[in-house]
Amino acid sequence: MARMKFLCDVERCIDCNACVTSCNNEHDVPWGINRRHVVTMDDGVSGEKSISVACMHCTDAPCAAVCPVDCFYFTPDGIVLHDKDLCIGCGYCFYACPFGAPQFPEENSFAARGKMDKCTFCAGGPLPDNSVEEYKLYGRNRIAEGKLPLCAEMCATKALLGGDGDVVSDIYIQRVVKRGGRPDTWGWNTAYNFKSEKEKKP
Amino acid sequence: MATRTARRTVGLFVLSTLLLLLSGIFYWQAIGADISNPHANFWRVVREGFPGFTKVSTAGHKVLIVNSGENWREIRNGILVRFSQLIIIAALVVMSLFYKFVGPDKLEKPRSGVLIERYTLGERVLHWYTAVLFVIMAITGLSLLLGRILLIPIFGHWVDSAYLQASKVLHNYCGPLLLIGILLEFVIWVRYNIPRKIDLAWFKTMGGMLGKGPRPHTGKVNAGEKGWFWLILIFGIAVGVTGIVLDFPIWGQTRSTMQLSHVIHATVAVLFVTVSFGHIYMGTVGIEGVFEGMCTGFVDAVWAQQHYDLWYEEKMHEKGERTEASS
Repeated sequence: MARMKFLCDVERCIDCNACVTSCNNEHDVPWGINRRHVVTMDDGVSGEKSISVACMHCTDAPCAAVCPVDCFYFTPDGIVLHDKDLCIGCGYCFYACPFGAPQFPEENSFAARGKMDKCTFCAGGPLPDNSVEEYKLYGRNRIAEGKLPLCAEMCATKALLGGDGDVVSDIYIQRVVKRGGRPDTWGWNTAYNFKSEKEKKP
Repeated sequence: MATRTARRTVGLFVLSTLLLLLSGIFYWQAIGADISNPHANFWRVVREGFPGFTKVSTAGHKVLIVNSGENWREIRNGILVRFSQLIIIAALVVMSLFYKFVGPDKLEKPRSGVLIERYTLGERVLHWYTAVLFVIMAITGLSLLLGRILLIPIFGHWVDSAYLQASKVLHNYCGPLLLIGILLEFVIWVRYNIPRKIDLAWFKTMGGMLGKGPRPHTGKVNAGEKGWFWLILIFGIAVGVTGIVLDFPIWGQTRSTMQLSHVIHATVAVLFVTVSFGHIYMGTVGIEGVFEGMCTGFVDAVWAQQHYDLWYEEKMHEKGERTEASS
């Protein structure tokens, strides 16, 4: 069985946020919920790097460990899913998650948050595959249709990869090998710093 | 002469080594951990939780990897879940042993039938308001902490989820009401609870419950009750304030604030519940006549004389003056 993984290649991510938008659209999530987000480090300065993050489907998932109603479960291919009918909206998964993946539709007084929502790796939830109820609660189940997560599928620069961990790492290793360990033929320096070109023709 | 030069050389050597080490440390701090690999440093900073920029600015999204969540998980699932059970079971065991070997504190003389007012209606209403809320908060809070390991194996996921959903709502709405109750209790009872010198004598025999000898002199409130009063204030405020922080996630408090609040809230709450067993024990089976006092507001004169002799004399004195004045 494959072990499903996301990988975001920071040398390729251009912070276009199309993964966020396509995810919101595909799963028709409530306004204010974003299952995926892009973080840019050193924004606006030379060497800035963007990385797209969502639920990382951890093997030892902190959200699942702290959930007081034990509503999380793992699919055989390592996707972390949760049952919204069991979720009580306590917010503990939000405290525990390092990536800020758990989202809540509300944020009201008396800690009324509604049911937690997070990236499902486009694998829906515990309800029957591709049923109307499943779509309403968890969004589309692309995995059941034999497809991979939409965010990764439609990424324009192929920065975001999602799927079988072995395949993803093979692709990434090929890229790293081609670029070399510290890519000078790549990214910001190549785009905006033409010194190397000048040096080439003295 | 040679030895002195040798000594001086060794001293100089040690000093220069220390200086070199110190400058090395400063250099390390100023330049960063690894100057030869800027990429590694970049990600090291990210790993330490340095915030970036994001267009999707939902709470906490700026930080790529928040490390504190793992610490919170370890504290909650490791220390809190394990020790809360231990401490509560230990308290119950100690309580039953105390009941078995020391036993209830009975009235030494038969009741006189003369009743003295100990608590006004307002005091009693406030006490039971706080008591009922406290029990609700304790049961629902402990269920949220321990429900997964204690309730799911017995009742299954669905019952546990429905029960905890109700518990969460009750806990979140009753919490602020309990805090109000505790603050009101402080306001109306603080004047009886200022520590006095005679309180020290009370602790020697725990009010005559342990050991032999005469009971210590006690005013309206004994030293044990005073201790409980101040514990309620301290624990109540600690649990209450952290609870409010968790209960109203609308003021933009960060995840780290809520993690810290939760740890303080749960730790103090477990201690609070544990200590409250002592109060509940004393108020029900531990001492004869206490429970009826808090229910009806009146206590028997014999009971008052036995447990609160100074207060009893004061009351008798007042009563004597009043009867003299009326006659």
